[in-house]
Amino acid sequence: MSDPAIRARAVSKFFGDYPALREVDLDVFPGQVLGLLGRNGAGKTTMLRILAGLSAPTSGEVSFPASGNQASDHRQRIGVVGHGTWIYDELTGTENLRFFCSLYGVSDPDPVVQRWLRRVGLERFRNSRAAEYSRGMRQRLTIARAFLHEPDILLLDEPWTALDDRAALLLSSLVAEAKAAGSTVVICSHQLPEAISVADEIALLHRGRVAYQGLIDAELRREPQSLYERLP
Amino acid sequence: MSGFLAQTWTVARKDLRCEFRDRQVLNAAISFALVVLLMFSFTFDPNTNVEIRSLSGGLLWVVYLFAGVLVLNRSFARETANDCLMALVAAPLSGDALFLGKTLSSCVLIFAVEMISIPVFGIFFNVSWLPHLPQLLPVFLLGSWAFAAVGTTFGAVTANNRLRELMLPLLVFPICLPALVACMSLTWGIFDPAAVAETGPWLRLLIGFDVVYTLLGVLVMDSILTAG
Repeated sequence: MSDPAIRARAVSKFFGDYPALREVDLDVFPGQVLGLLGRNGAGKTTMLRILAGLSAPTSGEVSFPASGNQASDHRQRIGVVGHGTWIYDELTGTENLRFFCSLYGVSDPDPVVQRWLRRVGLERFRNSRAAEYSRGMRQRLTIARAFLHEPDILLLDEPWTALDDRAALLLSSLVAEAKAAGSTVVICSHQLPEAISVADEIALLHRGRVAYQGLIDAELRREPQSLYERLP
Repeated sequence: MSGFLAQTWTVARKDLRCEFRDRQVLNAAISFALVVLLMFSFTFDPNTNVEIRSLSGGLLWVVYLFAGVLVLNRSFARETANDCLMALVAAPLSGDALFLGKTLSSCVLIFAVEMISIPVFGIFFNVSWLPHLPQLLPVFLLGSWAFAAVGTTFGAVTANNRLRELMLPLLVFPICLPALVACMSLTWGIFDPAAVAETGPWLRLLIGFDVVYTLLGVLVMDSILTAG
């Protein structure tokens, strides 16, 4: 078996005395789409922030064995959709994407930016300031920002937020394309039907621990809410 | 190295583009500087009191420090809107490039405020500043960099603090005191060479301050940003 793209070992995170994560072990392999699911406050966002290098664990460690373990190197290979949109209201859609192309060292950024604006349906609004975008348009720009440097690892936190049905389908197809290209995808969500429709394995977080982990079976596809019946 | 410089310039250019797009900070800081200079000119009438004119360099730098805090507060406030700071931390952008980029953009904005308000200062305080411009420029640049370097470091520390706009000046003003005194003495020495016997030590102090706080910011920025 190949090395995991993401390996977390005994990761704990405390905010004061409150344990947001407790001894979490996780392996995600190249080409795998993992749904990191759970109710509000389960620790999903905290885990994703630690995987993205946005927050340091209180104890335990995260490594990226399949792509080498150098910190600057793995940030180059990761694309993140977070809770915020991470886009600048003062800049246009084009300027936002060009800025992130520069940060990620994308060579020849203009065609890349144009392609992604077209892909997420924002080509007509490319010269409008992001402040003028609707919430859904901003989320589509966010998705373009996360995908534009063709990352090996995608960490998506509640990516369906504010997306309409067409944009949700687009996101599903982008995740499928990334998986086909061998990328690793971790999707945090409490929207079980959407997450289960694109994931091939799930990890259910409950009170900061991985309470259940396994492949998605026919029953879960039929009745996503039955996942919570598997809690010990 | 070229990648590092490119990243520094990318961050600085983005900040300046955002600022020139809405001019929130420049308008506020310039207006503030002009209003305070106007009030000082009424409070200390330079036409009737020669002593006050010799203090006007000090008044000028106090105004610049207060106006500079408006610039520095906005530098990281812009990143906290939409959680953009997280995007910078998640990107392969080194903390030192982020620090230097933001310091550079703040320095440019503070310098712009200084250059726009100096003619008004000249009028209000009856000071002939134009012949001294070649000497004033390096002092303005070094002083702006000092405020920007300290402000960027502590701007990152207070970025997620709800009392950020109050906390930043409380942290920045005492630390900037040596740079402020050096800038005041150098400016006073330029306007009135007889008043300050030797400007060399003040210049060395200001340069040393810039170097120390630039190195400090470069060293601690990564730790500050991932401390959450």
